[in-house]
Amino acid sequence: MLRALFAELSPLATHRGWPRVAVDADTWRAIGEALREGKLDLLAEWGDAGAVHCALYEPATRGVQIATIAAHEGRAPSLAVFHAPASRLERALADLYGIEVVGLPDQRAWLDHGRWPVRAPLAAQPRPASASASPAYRFLEAQGPGLHQVPVGPVHAGIIEPGHFRFTASGETVVRLEERLGYTHKGIEKSIVGRSVNDAARLAARVSGDSTVAYSFAFARAIEAALDSSPPPRALWLRAVMAELERIANHLGDIGAICNDASFAMLHAECGILRERTLRACARAFGHRLMMDRIVPGGVTTDLTADGEKEIGALCTRLTREFPELIELYDNTASLQDRTVGTGIVSTRLAAAFAAPGYVGRASSRLFDARVHLPYPPYDVAPLEIAVRHEGDVDARVWVRILEVQRSVLWLQSALGALPGGPVRLALPAATAESTESTAVVEGFRGDILTYVRIGAGQLIERCHLRDPSWLSWPLLEAAIEGNILADFPLCNKSFNCSYSGHDL
Amino acid sequence: MRTGWPTQLAQLILVLGLAPLLTGVTRKVRARLLRRRGASVVQPYRDLLKLIRKEVVVAENASWLFRAAPYVIFATTWVAAALVPTFATGLPLGAAADLIVIVALLGTARFMLALAGLDVGTSFGGIGSSREMMFASLAEPAMLMAVFTLSLFAGSTELSSISAFMLGPRAGLSISVALALVALIIVALGENARIPVDNPATHLELTMVHEAMILEYSGRHLAVIEAAAFVKLLLYLSLIACVFVPWGTAVAGAGLFGYALGLGLYAGKLALLGFLLSVFETAIAKMRVFRVPEFLGVALMLGLLGTMLLFVSRAPH
Repeated sequence: MLRALFAELSPLATHRGWPRVAVDADTWRAIGEALREGKLDLLAEWGDAGAVHCALYEPATRGVQIATIAAHEGRAPSLAVFHAPASRLERALADLYGIEVVGLPDQRAWLDHGRWPVRAPLAAQPRPASASASPAYRFLEAQGPGLHQVPVGPVHAGIIEPGHFRFTASGETVVRLEERLGYTHKGIEKSIVGRSVNDAARLAARVSGDSTVAYSFAFARAIEAALDSSPPPRALWLRAVMAELERIANHLGDIGAICNDASFAMLHAECGILRERTLRACARAFGHRLMMDRIVPGGVTTDLTADGEKEIGALCTRLTREFPELIELYDNTASLQDRTVGTGIVSTRLAAAFAAPGYVGRASSRLFDARVHLPYPPYDVAPLEIAVRHEGDVDARVWVRILEVQRSVLWLQSALGALPGGPVRLALPAATAESTESTAVVEGFRGDILTYVRIGAGQLIERCHLRDPSWLSWPLLEAAIEGNILADFPLCNKSFNCSYSGHDL
Repeated sequence: MRTGWPTQLAQLILVLGLAPLLTGVTRKVRARLLRRRGASVVQPYRDLLKLIRKEVVVAENASWLFRAAPYVIFATTWVAAALVPTFATGLPLGAAADLIVIVALLGTARFMLALAGLDVGTSFGGIGSSREMMFASLAEPAMLMAVFTLSLFAGSTELSSISAFMLGPRAGLSISVALALVALIIVALGENARIPVDNPATHLELTMVHEAMILEYSGRHLAVIEAAAFVKLLLYLSLIACVFVPWGTAVAGAGLFGYALGLGLYAGKLALLGFLLSVFETAIAKMRVFRVPEFLGVALMLGLLGTMLLFVSRAPH
């Protein structure tokens, strides 16, 4: 499909790695139709100065293609009119760039809640915010006898990130859930423009704190590809070691938290202990519990000593010994299984249409893991087995996490024996006069993080787009809760564990 | 009768004074089972003190009912708890108020709480009240059936008499009483917002039942409601102890030693029941909201069966 669409177009020389082509409105429409027919997956769609980009993935050939359409007079055609998953992405790029997306079925603002000092902050000429109060956000309606609305958030009773959920319920049964996000918008894509590479890397590492390694990894890969540079082999392996440790720690935390939302506190406590052991091993091996700022463009900042290797080895041994007991407890507690099995089902069809990332997709039969399907070093030479379930419920999402923890531990154990020697960081080559760009995809614990970077003279960032996997999984949560009861929402929500910060940017 | 009133007064003070400690102990045990250190067992007292000192914030559209409800809830629960023989039987109030009055008092408290949850008009309060009433429609009859079983068995609805009968030679082992015990335990779990029906420690707005109804309360209002919840837990454990393990309870005129023994044994029984409660809560996950009526329905059926068995087995006489 990609070949049929783009074979006659020549890729732009400035974009390294996967090809990027400029397309016209007809091809853009053809892309939309291919997305609708499910022949292509939409990985990302983002705005730029006078243009809209989209990243496409073809499952059949494992090809990736970036397509760009120019926004003439601030207007660009919509993909969402063909393919609903593009809707929020287009609403966000309209908010940020002031581009009018022609044909976009949902014209409500998404990230812009009417409280920013300017409108279209990323456009060449930001508009001043209108003095009058912006109109109230119009939630989608559900009609029927006895329906009532339950607003939840943005401030919640627990210590979690802010987001608003508008439930329409018939008694206890949820008829419709609509999310409203954007409360943690920090203006990262604006702030990162004009920064030096190292400065920008620090900012990219802070998009979503629990995925800091994955974000640094994705950003570094995009920068290195744009500058035609390759880090030393040892750095590549250490990056993956950190990424797997991050995945293990987060999955352990999630498994415990999901059980806690079913008020089964014992697994929460036990998983919490294992997670803490993982973080402490990270702190001793890499000098930081979350390994923040350890991956930088050009390599890694901290080498792994022999002692550090032993720490991680000991952690793996402990996990292989203690984790199976917890799995057994999870599997054998009938009251817990009663809550997770059959709750919050995401259909295979929806998971495929939304290119559902990470465990959300893999729990609903979507065969995609960036480490396997778009392999980057060192996963190209040290492959992992993909973890897939087919039920699509909370239980399946827990099981994908369990399997991934186990496979990551196995991978770490074999990787520790195969770490190449040598330096861990090289200086980046000087920037060329013309700007260069690249796109990279890295599998974080939530799913694939896509990073697009354009770097100009003096190695300053001209444009950087960081697409959190949550962009693709948040809408599926609305579908998963439909027909379930209100009291099961926390369980479904935790099994998705989408990032607010990464989404709101 | 001379020892009656001092005992009754001591009982009134005892249930109020001991209730926060019981909650503190169950929380501590649960924390230790989860490999946490846990807060001190006297933390509930500190929480109450803290809340009493805090300013009360009342929603703008709250009516007088919202302000009055906490005190009604507290008063009815407290009186109900004072009617259950704890360390000594022969309470003077017991003659005037039997088990059915206790059920009625608790029903009044629940009615006020549900009204207060609805009063402010927030969606969570409404959800909480609606769930509470759904559960109550099964929990209250189940409680009554258990009470009937015991009353028929012992030939009285008065707790001191039931307790004395259980100690006597005619009690023996009875399937009906066992069924009533199980029914009472299930009702106790539901009524006290414990796992698997509700989670007293939850922070998730959408899963709350009891916590959702009191979400709008603060300051001394919240303190009074919390105290009522502590007392209610004590009430149910005392009730189970009084009827099913009555040994050692002091009878009227037992002398100082008898009262001291009764008090010590009562404390031991409470501690044991609190411990068992924590163990049970740790070993099980919370139910789906719609499973709870089934769970409470089991209690109702057991109570009903117990009553019917008593009639059937006595038929030839």
